[in-house]
Amino acid sequence: MKHLLELLEQTAARTPGAAAYCDEEISYTWAQTLQGAQAIGTALAARGATGQAVALCLGQTAGCVLAMLGTLAAGGFYTVLDTAQPPERVGRILEQLTPAVLLADATHWDAANALAAAMPQPPVVLALEQALGTVPDLAALAAVRAAALDTDLAYVLFTSGSTGAPKGVAVPHRSVLAYSAWAAQTFGFGPDTVLGNQTPLYFSMSVTDVYGALRTGACVQLIPRRLFSFPVQLLDYLTARGVNTIYWVPSAMGIVANWRALDYTAAPPLRTILFAGEVMPTAKLNYWRAHYPDAVFANLYGPTETTDICAYYVVDRVFADDEPLPIGRACDNCGLLVLRDGKQVPMGQEGELCARGSFLAAGYYNMPDKTAERFCQNPAQPHYPEIIYRTGDLVRYNAAGELLYCGRIDHQIKHMGYRIEPGEVETAAYGQDKLESCACLYETEKDRLVLFFQAKKDVTEALRLRLAQRLPAYMRPAAYCRLKRMPQNANGKVDRGALKKLLPEVQ
Amino acid sequence: MMHTIEEINALLAEVKPGLAPAPDEELVKTGLLDSVDIMSLVMALAEEFDLEVTPLDLKEENFHTVTAILALANRLEEE
Repeated sequence: MKHLLELLEQTAARTPGAAAYCDEEISYTWAQTLQGAQAIGTALAARGATGQAVALCLGQTAGCVLAMLGTLAAGGFYTVLDTAQPPERVGRILEQLTPAVLLADATHWDAANALAAAMPQPPVVLALEQALGTVPDLAALAAVRAAALDTDLAYVLFTSGSTGAPKGVAVPHRSVLAYSAWAAQTFGFGPDTVLGNQTPLYFSMSVTDVYGALRTGACVQLIPRRLFSFPVQLLDYLTARGVNTIYWVPSAMGIVANWRALDYTAAPPLRTILFAGEVMPTAKLNYWRAHYPDAVFANLYGPTETTDICAYYVVDRVFADDEPLPIGRACDNCGLLVLRDGKQVPMGQEGELCARGSFLAAGYYNMPDKTAERFCQNPAQPHYPEIIYRTGDLVRYNAAGELLYCGRIDHQIKHMGYRIEPGEVETAAYGQDKLESCACLYETEKDRLVLFFQAKKDVTEALRLRLAQRLPAYMRPAAYCRLKRMPQNANGKVDRGALKKLLPEVQ
Repeated sequence: MMHTIEEINALLAEVKPGLAPAPDEELVKTGLLDSVDIMSLVMALAEEFDLEVTPLDLKEENFHTVTAILALANRLEEE
């Protein structure tokens, strides 16, 4: 198998009338999904999308999934844009991507046209409704498919970058085929699986929902985002939609636990409960486990650069509320190395987790230097070219042979399931009049970002306003702290260790 | 003592500076209030009005407009 849409064609042939991708408003069957992907693919191919990027300016809808698959049908690769982000950041993503087409729904039509018009070479802006109404040209799509390779890109997914520029992780078909085979097999996805999707389609975790279903004929219910403010209604929605499998960030599971929502309404019929994206507070997990003693719980771990996940731990014993969960062991068909100074560390010692194999992304789009930094030759195997991805995460094995997560090598932050480079927040803050120095830190206890700064006058309000215009909500500091003088280390760099000690005193 | 629209507006302005909706303007479906804002609002109701919002009160229909938030506050005040 070389192309992701082969999965769609097989599933649509097996269960054409079964529910495929559903949101609050609309439910597409597998036959409708295939027809929709062919229609959109035909419209996109006619506008030069083959081999090119297509940017999707759409909401978290079933229509967006059809647009993703339609891009693949056209032989292109997609980027789902976070439409809630400030236009300035979306604009920087589009500059790096230079898409051939911008596909937008009615809600985002004006925003998409404004984004396109601001580009040096404006892409074609196409309405999703118009694309969906196109008569499929199956001969043209077959010709595109015949020329496709499994090393062609399927999508580019943007994450936070340290220089202020977002990094586009370029993922080929082969990676998603290999990864989704592992996910579907390991967690027993099948035609009776109903996935309750929480993670945005521009976030790597949604790959498991979308392509796990595509491979197995499972149904994906896209949960309206606003329900994550209302935990009892959220649970009732899962029950009403027959959701039996969830794969959420721990923060989302934490909302249900914090409100003890499972004590106030009937428990949805969940049998598989997966989570990833940040460290799961064990106390929250224990609340869920008490209500679902027979469900499978698994802690998944991985960066966007390994498609979604490279290690996992199926929870098989009792954990105290203050005991961390392991990240477990390597996924089938994914190799893991624990390296320090180019050598594998002795068992039990800390080192950088590195991954190899077909789950790996191709690299960063239009960023050869960044790519060379993280995707490098396997130092433990000098005999032939073999690329490994350096995660930048520290890990060690425990006595049971399970990997334990020990934190970031650099200062990269994980907050609300998103990776945040403090440098990107700092870069956005710099340029503020009167600001002399700043440093963004993450306060684990309060789960918040804090921006320390040194300035001639108190520019807190100006910074708050400035960052709200430049950064997505999850990257904005929750607290600001003005210092008379920024602490420095011997090299003249900001002393982050000293700042960390100040965190408990920040209001 | 009953609460007023002005009091609710003042709470909202604290939770999300600059937010000054009309009494029946939709706040949730439009995304004007996200989940972080709603949690802050629940905390503000507890701290400033001494009202306890239970999981069963934490429903979209109780938070979707200023009028609805006011009705919730007054109901909790009576209970």
